[in-house]
Amino acid sequence: MTAPSQPQSVTVEVHDLHKKFGALEVLKGISFQVNRGERFVIMGPSGSGKSVLLKHIIGLMRPNAGEILIEGLSIQNPSVRDKYRMAMVFQSAALLTSLTVGENVGLYLVEHQLKSPEQIDAIVARTLETVGLKGLQDRAPSELSGGMQKRVAIARALIVEPQLVLFDEPTSELDPLMAVTIGEEILNLNQHTGATTIIVTHDRELAFATANRIAMINEGRIIFIGTAQEVQNSADPVIQKFIRAELAAPKTR
Amino acid sequence: MFHNIGEILILFWQTLQALPQLWRQRRKVYDQLAYIGLASLFMVCILSLFIGGVLALQTGPVLVEHGISTVLGGMIGLSMCKELAPVMIAILVAGRIGSAMSAEIGSMQVYEEIDALRTMNIDPVRYLVLPRMVAIAISLPVLVLFSIPVGWFGGAMVCDFNQRIAVSFDSFFQNLRDVVDLGDVLNGLFKSFVFALAIGIISCHQGLITRGGPRGIGRSVTKAVVNSIVLILILDYFLTRFLLYVQK
Repeated sequence: MTAPSQPQSVTVEVHDLHKKFGALEVLKGISFQVNRGERFVIMGPSGSGKSVLLKHIIGLMRPNAGEILIEGLSIQNPSVRDKYRMAMVFQSAALLTSLTVGENVGLYLVEHQLKSPEQIDAIVARTLETVGLKGLQDRAPSELSGGMQKRVAIARALIVEPQLVLFDEPTSELDPLMAVTIGEEILNLNQHTGATTIIVTHDRELAFATANRIAMINEGRIIFIGTAQEVQNSADPVIQKFIRAELAAPKTR
Repeated sequence: MFHNIGEILILFWQTLQALPQLWRQRRKVYDQLAYIGLASLFMVCILSLFIGGVLALQTGPVLVEHGISTVLGGMIGLSMCKELAPVMIAILVAGRIGSAMSAEIGSMQVYEEIDALRTMNIDPVRYLVLPRMVAIAISLPVLVLFSIPVGWFGGAMVCDFNQRIAVSFDSFFQNLRDVVDLGDVLNGLFKSFVFALAIGIISCHQGLITRGGPRGIGRSVTKAVVNSIVLILILDYFLTRFLLYVQK
């Protein structure tokens, strides 16, 4: 596992990434770099290739062309996972339904035998308390609400003490209050671990509240990278259309 | 098809490579043993009792007609331990346990639980496939070990109570003891061990390649069961040839 002298975060470089599913080209030459400890948001409409991009960054998918480098090493290199701690919070939370909440959170430590069972119990209890789920260790994931499941998934990521953490649509299917809570949890996690954080979302408020930089993605291409302010001031019509989109209230007679 | 066979062989090799880490997965092996063994034991006994009974019912009157009813014990004894118990119980386990394995792993694949394991640097082969393979490789031969005497008992009962056969319990088991030896039972256990590996690896592989939501899970379960049963019957022929050759 990682030596204690290693930095708390890593750099991520994406070079000319292409991905095709049959004839459909989902990623059309994506390139960007994320600095150590940065909160980098990838924002764009549904179907623009955000989640596919995220799965490439964590190494769950192989690109047709291009590469992803973690601290200069390809993510496809098997030693990268042993060298750097990475975690991902899935859109669906992806908790193991056969395990309790506590077992889900402590799974990484148990499977890698990093602590004694007593220590793991204590760390799990502390981590769950951090995300506001104190005392829920013995509950089944199916007994929790969508927001609580997401927070368990964040606790599971937190316990890894990740150097890189990825969030896939963390606020989707959540009510506005829970979305704010999750946004705060992301900021807490970033401050707590100092980890490089990449968030994929179409939630504009979450993006503007959490991002150091935002990459706008549309139809498999990055069309703009900048700070939240720069994105909002951009004259690009696609960006303006996305960030200003609002449902017009029906006219009353 | 060849792509799938290649993937299955690679998965089997990866499972063998993960074997040294079995001790760490022992709790999951116990859980799977309890699930596979205990859940199937009653069904296995019922099935075996009736297989032995129907075998006696079909062959008994014909053998009586030809005046060779004394060989019934040995014939049913051999059929049960060398052929019927391993094959029928393997088919039962393929339907009952193989389907459950592919459905469970398939749903974990569809709902990104396996992706979550990978992001935590937890090998799904070590975490999911290895305990299931070990558990089924142990429990299927044990189930067959229960099935064989129960099948013999079912055959003996029918031979004794059926008026057209009327071979007593004692003479049935006397002939069985004369004909069947330990090697025949081990023959059946060896077959069941190979069948167990086939069911386990096909079901786990099918689960891991599941795509496309609940419909995909359903497709995987069907494929796992059908492919397992077909492979059991094909393997049975070649294993029988092999064992006959070895026993010469």
